[in-house]
Amino acid sequence: MKAFTQHKGLAAPMDRANVDTDLIIPKQFLKSIKRTGFGPNLFDELRYLDEGFPGQDCSDRPLNPEFPLNLPHYQGASVLLARENFGCGSSREHAPWALDDFGFRAVIAPSFADIFFNNCFKNGLLPIVLEEEVVDQLFEEMYAQQGYELTIDLEKQQVIKPNGETIGFEVDAFRKHCLLNGLDDIGLTLEDADDIRAYEAKRREQAPWLFDAVK
Amino acid sequence: MAGQTLYDKLWQDHLVKSREDGTALIYIDRHLIHEVTSPQAFEGLRLAGRKPWRKDSLVATPDHNVPSEAGERAGGVEGIRDQVSRIQVQTLDENCRDFDVVQFGINEPGQGIVHVIGPETGATLPGMTVVCGDSHTSTHGALGALAHGIGTSEVEHVMATQCLIQKKMKNMLVRVDGELGPGVTAKDVVLAIIGKIGTAGGTGYAIEFGGSAIRSLSMEGRMTVCNMAIEAGARAGMVAVDQVTLDYVKDKPYAPKGAQWDKAVEAWSQLHSDDDAVFDAVVELRAEEIEPQVSWGTSPEMVAPVSANVPDPAAETDTTKRTGIERALEYMGLTAGQKITDIQLDRVFIGSCTNSRIEDLRAAAAVAKGHKKAESVKQVLIVPGSQAVKAQAEKEGLHKVFIEAGFEWREPSCSMCLAMNADKLGAGEHCASTSNRNFEGRQGYGGRTHLVSPSMAAAAAIAGHFVDVRELQRDAALTAEEMQQ
Repeated sequence: MKAFTQHKGLAAPMDRANVDTDLIIPKQFLKSIKRTGFGPNLFDELRYLDEGFPGQDCSDRPLNPEFPLNLPHYQGASVLLARENFGCGSSREHAPWALDDFGFRAVIAPSFADIFFNNCFKNGLLPIVLEEEVVDQLFEEMYAQQGYELTIDLEKQQVIKPNGETIGFEVDAFRKHCLLNGLDDIGLTLEDADDIRAYEAKRREQAPWLFDAVK
Repeated sequence: MAGQTLYDKLWQDHLVKSREDGTALIYIDRHLIHEVTSPQAFEGLRLAGRKPWRKDSLVATPDHNVPSEAGERAGGVEGIRDQVSRIQVQTLDENCRDFDVVQFGINEPGQGIVHVIGPETGATLPGMTVVCGDSHTSTHGALGALAHGIGTSEVEHVMATQCLIQKKMKNMLVRVDGELGPGVTAKDVVLAIIGKIGTAGGTGYAIEFGGSAIRSLSMEGRMTVCNMAIEAGARAGMVAVDQVTLDYVKDKPYAPKGAQWDKAVEAWSQLHSDDDAVFDAVVELRAEEIEPQVSWGTSPEMVAPVSANVPDPAAETDTTKRTGIERALEYMGLTAGQKITDIQLDRVFIGSCTNSRIEDLRAAAAVAKGHKKAESVKQVLIVPGSQAVKAQAEKEGLHKVFIEAGFEWREPSCSMCLAMNADKLGAGEHCASTSNRNFEGRQGYGGRTHLVSPSMAAAAAIAGHFVDVRELQRDAALTAEEMQQ
């Protein structure tokens, strides 16, 4: 996994509550057996005026001129400002894959759905929870100032505004450690293989019906 | 010390190790796999030269991409017309072969929607931790299990280590006491719950569903309720083990037998919250107050009793909510204040991991019997959740009831719940659907979903618009009385 230490980038809005994973990446694109290439179909139903299908060249498709990510001044955005309960719905990891593939490194919102939130960390994408009033303020400033860039310092757990003002955020210690170092969870868990085997042996004795039933 | 909740007990039973950073390694007993969220995980194992930690914990089946139409389905994997869908199902075949994973293949007797075949075969049991790369894994919590959806990275993680790195969730009790009225089903109960607490109401919690109305539900009904815990934001939903659970599990193919059964029953008898257990949040509903529900918007919390009207955004004081309602009404093509029963339907879908079990099909057939679908309704799809459900329904003659009513009797698959196979809505079409999500475009580009119970869906198919199924049932009872006189 790619590491996340510090990132400075242009902010762009996804200004609605309860953005679900079907909206982030519609199901027809889930038929891919790869982890990459979902960027052109991020927010597909909002970004384009026609229906998208897998494997299509999106460069010829009619763009929705009102969708923020299509506006010239949000081109190259890498920090997404969003509203409450972002990422609700399915467990599809294609949602963070699409955001990542599009070029986003962080999503800032007042709240996230659990599974999506967790999936982001597995892909070097940082979801940041800030108070609703703080997010409202960021939206206002971004709308007021073209080229609004935010700096995110994961080590210090700070979002730094263009005027230098800093906003602190919480992040789980383990997730922070993995992101800062770009660590693969599986390797870390396998360091505890002996503990897993010991648990398994005890469990097999207590509840043998949980083992070898399906062969 | 306060007692433990059911979730506390399941967590404790599966705790391999607590780490200093506040995370824990949780052991996973059952890992269900389908074609959509597994290919990248298998590929990850391959690239790292890893093998599954415990093959006997894995059960795979294709469900999302498989055709429901009998002709196309008869061709097996090779017969899937959509090339990208075909490749995904073929990839599952190859991965199961390469990694020696048990798979119920596309036309094998064990195949079905992954959340239907788990309980039905005994592959998922009380007291287990169950995961799957699918958010509706919460379904299996109905058995008294800790079950939740995971992303593809975690699918790979569980295959490689048999564990998940977790932080403990908070405990929520949703208690529904009282007696459900006639025509009010498990689906109406869970939609009413989501309407009350909202789609983010359960975020960060494991929800235990309790109270006399939940206890009175069959296992199928409890699965419907737990299935939609995720629509209330909770990854896991669960119901305590009781005699209903044990009667359901006994003699399932993969359930313990003989002396092991007795030992298991003894262990499972602990799978309930202690009387003095403390919950972080408690939500209460009265069963008598729950009516048949219909969703009118683009989020499962946008739901109303069938006797109500579509809400007026002007009456909403919260700006975010008001904008949400306005956007939803525009997408859904509905007007504020419109009666729910005036919503006209273009298609009806009865199926999905929420409502495709035998009890659901019986409920739909009971309403459809002796009637025909409305002329204005283009299509009524009945998609059984598994090969076993299909066989049972055919044994009971339910398929004939459906076919005589002008409904289509299809093959087991996820079908129009998320439209990854050929079954989908056209733009602007309204659908009465027994599935779980009414998000924009969920059932097809521009499609408009209304979530309802199987009996409400069947009633809508006949009338061409929503009707209160209780009135139909009252009318039927009156007619029967008149005939007797």
